Formats: sequence, structure tokens, C-alpha cells
Amino acid sequence: MSVLVYTESEQGAFKKTALEVASYAKAIANELGTTVTALAINANDTNALGAYGTDKVLNVKNTQLDAFNANAYAEVIKQAAESEGAKVIVVSSSADSKYLAPLLAVGLNAGYVSNVVEVPSNTNPFIVKRSAFTNKAFERTQINTEVKIVGVSNNSFGLVESAGSASAEDFTPSIPDLGITVESVDKATDKVTIADAEIVVSAGRGLKGPENWGMIEELADVLGAATACSKPVSDLGWRPHSEHVGQTGKPVASNLYIAIGISGAIQHLAGINASKVKVVINTDTEAPFFKAADYGVVGDAFQVVPELIEKLKAFKAQQ
Amino acid sequence: MKILVCISHVPDTTSKINFTEGDTKFDTNGVQFVINPNDEFGLTRAMWFKEKQGANVTVVNVGGAETEPTLRKALAIGADAAIRVNTPAVDGFSVAKQLANVVKDGAYDLVIAGRESIDYNGGMVPGVLAGLLQANFVTNCISLEIDGVSVKATREIDGGKESVTTTLPLVIGGQKGLVEESDLRIPNMRGIMMARKKPLTVVEPIDTDVETTSVSFEKPAPKGAVTLVSSDNLDELVSLLHNEAKVI
Repeated sequence: MSVLVYTESEQGAFKKTALEVASYAKAIANELGTTVTALAINANDTNALGAYGTDKVLNVKNTQLDAFNANAYAEVIKQAAESEGAKVIVVSSSADSKYLAPLLAVGLNAGYVSNVVEVPSNTNPFIVKRSAFTNKAFERTQINTEVKIVGVSNNSFGLVESAGSASAEDFTPSIPDLGITVESVDKATDKVTIADAEIVVSAGRGLKGPENWGMIEELADVLGAATACSKPVSDLGWRPHSEHVGQTGKPVASNLYIAIGISGAIQHLAGINASKVKVVINTDTEAPFFKAADYGVVGDAFQVVPELIEKLKAFKAQQ
Repeated sequence: MKILVCISHVPDTTSKINFTEGDTKFDTNGVQFVINPNDEFGLTRAMWFKEKQGANVTVVNVGGAETEPTLRKALAIGADAAIRVNTPAVDGFSVAKQLANVVKDGAYDLVIAGRESIDYNGGMVPGVLAGLLQANFVTNCISLEIDGVSVKATREIDGGKESVTTTLPLVIGGQKGLVEESDLRIPNMRGIMMARKKPLTVVEPIDTDVETTSVSFEKPAPKGAVTLVSSDNLDELVSLLHNEAKVI
């Protein structure tokens, strides 16, 4: 009856979202008066989960699962859920988890709700609050099925530590036909991704050309931030699609979002609305972004950004 | 190759979002409806398969008669036929179940749906459909090549992309990248005229469970005014972000 949480890892180490969904699972388990079981696939060290409320870890080690495969991962989580008798399964909003969750829903005859931003307001009936209309609204959704899958929106719940330690046991699922073969992965391993980032530095057409992104990347480095861009910038091919944030791109729910040379089209603002603190740097005082931002600097990015980098370096050096 | 493109009928991206009936229904008053952008990238890629590889392209929507103009637009863009499953789209699961029935009836090789609709953002339909059909599935798909039954696809992942190979039958969750924004087609007069003569078949729904129910909506709290910082005084910005906002 425990709550099952899928804690994602990369290269053997838990992602930050894994600890967040574990924290969330603990909060649901408290409401339901039960325990938390985490499922870890090819993670090196699962001890960290105990500090976020996990009681038991099911450890899967299998070289067939080295590359992510939605079908196989969904099947493994299904077997773990059945073995634990779990009625609530918690996953993150990473690209991989959003890929596997609908397949898992079919496998378990479970209702799945994505982009959930809070712990259920009620567990009988089971009602969760989720973001919809690209963060322009919230929807309260009731899950009617016996088994329920909750996809937690990144950075919506945060990390909640709780005293405790997790026991670990090996779990050996059977692996189905993969159906899909991964040929290659193209990913900068030393960069923070938008999904995982606490701070996102984003730039738009105000930068005038792709050759001017050096200072954006430097600012992101100083802050440990991910880089992102507006839709026109990705349409022009200045930056890859994976950096495009907005209604038809990626949603951003960071703690801090810094928009440089982005005017703030309604579709862009919707995509970043879930970010907690927004800073805009723009020469145009009439830019719509100033109405959506918490802090604004009216000025030329080519002067403000290099100076801000220096100020932040000095600030970091003092910390 | 028979392709089915699933079309969601959604408010235009510039729409003001409001609710009626005690915040339980989306207010369609004054809202312009369009083909879901993620679906339109897929539809445009399907047109490429039609023109270069002789594919036959059907579009489908689960919804009431009010969604037919959106299907007609898809026909005007170049789809060969349209199907409307005559029932309101209630939740992702029930929509996928209706679509699975259409796929089985029509023996489609490739199904393309948007990775999510831009209104409810559920992101369920292509995955549940693939699960119900036991078909191969690639979502967040940003490139798709098909040769016989062999498929090469690229999926956007967090921070990069992944290239995969698989086989038909296949379900795709499409998005921008499948074609570029500049490849999207605006229907011309000839397309619009031809669309009037193309078949739009209305089929009755099958029985299905509803797994999730929308209870109510709310809008985010209005935010306060922006705090402006002089570009000569960026120390103040750093200080505000550290001491007031506590984000650095």
C-alpha cells in the first residue's frame, strides 16, 4: 500500500528532481498514513533518499536499462508498483518521466495527471492541483481510478528533508521487448538543463546575433544557471530548439528567470510564468516583460550584462 | 503508408484565458480556435510523406460539431480525409481510447499526435494511444524519416537530443522541429475549395471510462509592480536578489 516514487538518476547519480519527487511522495504518504518506496534504476548510491522521507528503496541494476527506454522503464515501474501494492505512484516532469508515464498508466489501468503543483487537497476523492493553459491557469483534477499516477511539476514542491534512513533491497524485474533502439545521444554533460535548473538565463532577439551569446553563457556559468532563448531566436537557428521556452517550447519553473533582450510576447510569458522571481533587462521601457517581471533594468544588454557578471563574480567571491 | 494525424481543437496562443459556470468551464466567448500547434507540426510532416512518398493522410478529432472548421482547415492544408468522433473530449484517457478505435478500424501504419495540447497540457494522448495499441512510441519527436517499415527518429531530451531507430506501426508525439515554423502552410483558395469536397466522416463514440475529471479552474494571483533598478546601480540588483528575493 506504500506510495511508490520513481527516482530518476543520470550516470548513476540522482537528479535533483528525484529528491523533489521523493519529498512529495513523503507528503502524500503522510496524508494516507503509509510509507514511501522508491524505485531506483542503475543508481550507484541510494542512501541520499532516506533524508527525503523514503522508507525503502527497490534497487534495479540491469545493463539492458543503461539507455532510457520508455516501454521498458514503464514496465519495470509497473512491476514494482504491483509488488508493493502501491495505489499512488509519483513521477517527475522530466522529458523521460513524461514519456513513460502514459505507458505506465495503460499498464496499471491508472489515471495519470501531469504538471501537478501541490500535494492533493483531498485524498478521497483524490483531487490534485495542476497547471494548465501553459501556466495561465490552474486546474483541479479528480483521479477516479483505484491506482493513481501523479506527475509533479519541476520545482513546484521543493526539497523537504526528514530524519530517517531508507532500507534497500534488490529488485529484478523482467524486461520486455524494447521496440526502440537508441543510436546516439547528443547532450552537453557539463551543462545544467532547463528542467533541472534553479536559475535560467534567457536571451532574445535583442542580442542581435548568435555570436553575442558568449556573455549569456558566462552569466549562466557564474550563476550555475541553464541557458534558454525566445521563440524567434530558435526559429532563426541562433540557438537549438531545446533552449526555446514558451507555449510551444519548454515551460520554465525556475526560482530565478533572467530575461535579456526579450520583449515578452504573451506566449513567452505564459511559458515562464511558473518561475518564482523574474528579472528583465531591456532597452525598451514599453516591453511587455516589465509588467510580468519582479525586477527590471532599463538598459542595453551589451553594457548591463558584462557589468552584472562582474558584480555577481564579486558577490560570489564574498560568499 | 497510411497516416493518421490527431488534431486537437485549441484556443489560439494569444487567447485570454477565462472561466465560466463557477470556474468549472473554459470560457470560449470571443476565443479563436486553431489546430493545436504541436499537431500542426505533425500534420505538415505528414504532408511531406504524402508528397514525397505517396502516403495517404487522414486527420481525426474527438469533439463536437464545433470542431469541424478546424478539421476543414487540416483538409485545406492537404489531408485527404477527416474523421470526427462525435463526443466531447473529456480526459486524455477517453480521447486516446476513441482514437485507438479509429486506428484499429483504419489499419494505420503511423499515427502522429502533438506531444501535448496547448490548452490542458495533459501530454497523455499519444502515450496512452501507443500503450493501448501496443505500438512503438517516440514522443517530443523533432525529426522523422521512414523507409519501408524502418524508422529513424530524433527525440528532444532534457538538455539535448537522442536519435533512435524503430519500426512501424508507430505513434509519434510531435512538436516543433518535426518541421520548422517556416514550413507551416497557410491554406490557399484552391486548398479551401478542395477541402469542401473531401470526406469528413462523423463516427459515433465507443463506451469508455473517464479516468480523470476536471473539477474547477483558477487563475494565478495577480502580481505586484516591477521594481526598477538603475543600470548604473547593478549592485542593488544583486543585493535585492540576495536579500529580498533570496534566489542567489
